[in-house]
Amino acid sequence: MSLHELRQISVLLENKAGRLAVIAGALQENGVNILAFTIAEAEGFGVVRIIVDDPAKARRSLEAQGLAVTENRMMALRMLDEPGGLYGISRILGEQDINMEYAYAFNRPGKAILILKVTDINTALPRIEASYPEFLEECSGYQHC
Amino acid sequence: MAWNPKIEKMPIKELKDMQFKLLKMQVYRLYSFNRFYHDRMRQQGVHPDDIQTLDDVRKLPFMLKQDLRDNYPTGMFTASGDEVVRYHVSSGTTGKPTLVGYTERDLEMWTESLARALTSCGIGRGDVMQVSYGYGLFTGGLGLHYGAERVGATVLPTSTGNTERQIELMMDLGVTAIACTPSYMVYLGEVAERMGVSLKDDTELKVGIMGAEPWSEGTRTHFRDVLGVEAYDIYGTSELSGPLFTECEAQDGIHVWGDMALVEIIDPDTGEACADGEKSELVVTMLQKEALPMMRYRIGDITCLMEDECSCGRTHPRIGRISGRVDDMLIIRGINVFPSQVEHTLMQLPQCTGHFQIIVDRVGALDSMKVKVELTPEVFSDRINDLMAIRKSISNELKKYLNIAADVEFMEPGSLPRYQGKARRVEDRREM
Repeated sequence: MSLHELRQISVLLENKAGRLAVIAGALQENGVNILAFTIAEAEGFGVVRIIVDDPAKARRSLEAQGLAVTENRMMALRMLDEPGGLYGISRILGEQDINMEYAYAFNRPGKAILILKVTDINTALPRIEASYPEFLEECSGYQHC
Repeated sequence: MAWNPKIEKMPIKELKDMQFKLLKMQVYRLYSFNRFYHDRMRQQGVHPDDIQTLDDVRKLPFMLKQDLRDNYPTGMFTASGDEVVRYHVSSGTTGKPTLVGYTERDLEMWTESLARALTSCGIGRGDVMQVSYGYGLFTGGLGLHYGAERVGATVLPTSTGNTERQIELMMDLGVTAIACTPSYMVYLGEVAERMGVSLKDDTELKVGIMGAEPWSEGTRTHFRDVLGVEAYDIYGTSELSGPLFTECEAQDGIHVWGDMALVEIIDPDTGEACADGEKSELVVTMLQKEALPMMRYRIGDITCLMEDECSCGRTHPRIGRISGRVDDMLIIRGINVFPSQVEHTLMQLPQCTGHFQIIVDRVGALDSMKVKVELTPEVFSDRINDLMAIRKSISNELKKYLNIAADVEFMEPGSLPRYQGKARRVEDRREM
């Protein structure tokens, strides 16, 4: 796995009070730290997507709860934490013809990290690496792979 | 192989003659010696002399479960207290429990019925049979227990519950056959998987006798492919003794031993006989029972009758898979829907586990049906579009089978209730 990608853990969330607490509780119990988090909501169910410091452990502890879990490779891009930061990145994505399915962002001291689900990470990553390596976030510090 | 080939393969004509004689004797006995039956026949204006042919059974009055309740505990027993050697109490699927009783001969006939049935499923000496039906007041456990012992199988009376231990024993003792509800079989498979055991590859289990709730061909295929278990349908109800009849190796209907029971299929509204092969309400008359005979008993199950000779060579009539209960049948926007149809559809879809729940509600003047399904963990995706597409395909399949639109709701794997006894999968929230 490239230094410039993150493993995202997704979990099916049924439409019932208290389900998020089950997920968060399982992670807490196993000492997994959540770095970024988003819920995609559809009629009657949701998908929780998380970036954690230990994806393998997170997956194990969620599956032990009987939850449906899947993992995805995500691209992590560094943005300037200032006006125009996202604009700079999105222009590059357009220029490099990189299609994204969804994205969300989180902050690290002094910078913002954009987490991208792209249609084909195997072609997208080399393109950014070749033309704009300075935008790629070094991810090894976040997670034990 | 047949347990009692002389009876099981007797010519149809002779079988019918035998049924007529047994019916006539039973009617005389009931009319002469039991107050309840006597009064009921008088009310109906029928005398034992009116039974001149087998079809004259149609002149006799029906009996309902309510009759058993009204005459609780033993008002309908036709054997005296000292002749009754056992009681069972029904599980009360559709109301308060009812009491049933057996003479020594009743128990003998019950065991004989199951000995024929289990033999027809290939179970016999050398088999180890785990009976995972409840033992006790429920008829399932003890019924199959004695049937399996009679054919020479080794019985492991696990009853229900303590599933991990059941799986350990299954491995330790080389269990080859199991009797349980189909939903418990699904559950056993899941628990085994969690224990790292493949029922298909790590056990000797080959045959399952599945009953006490309706199930489908889809379930049969699933058990065969995934669990390595060839499942046979079993039928019976405590009022008739308990589980009594099964499919044979041909798996083309359940053989109802004609020397024990006379089967009719009627229209539930008019009470008239239905045409051959038509799917409708089952009525059973027990021809030889002593303690609690049950005459033209309306069990409330829906099935069809096949009277031709089976490819296995047995001549006794067969009934089709029970497709539901008269009182289970949901009428949604005027369309008849059986939970078994939902089960059948879902079992064929790899996107969901076999578990489901149906919720019927009324929104304004319109009925709505929601089916809660558990998504198989393997198909779960982080993309909402993928999940919506899966949901759409499940809902399309349901629509195709049921002719009615159903909302599909995803549940987390393992979150729907598991049933060790009878499954209760329908919640009707409509106020009638």
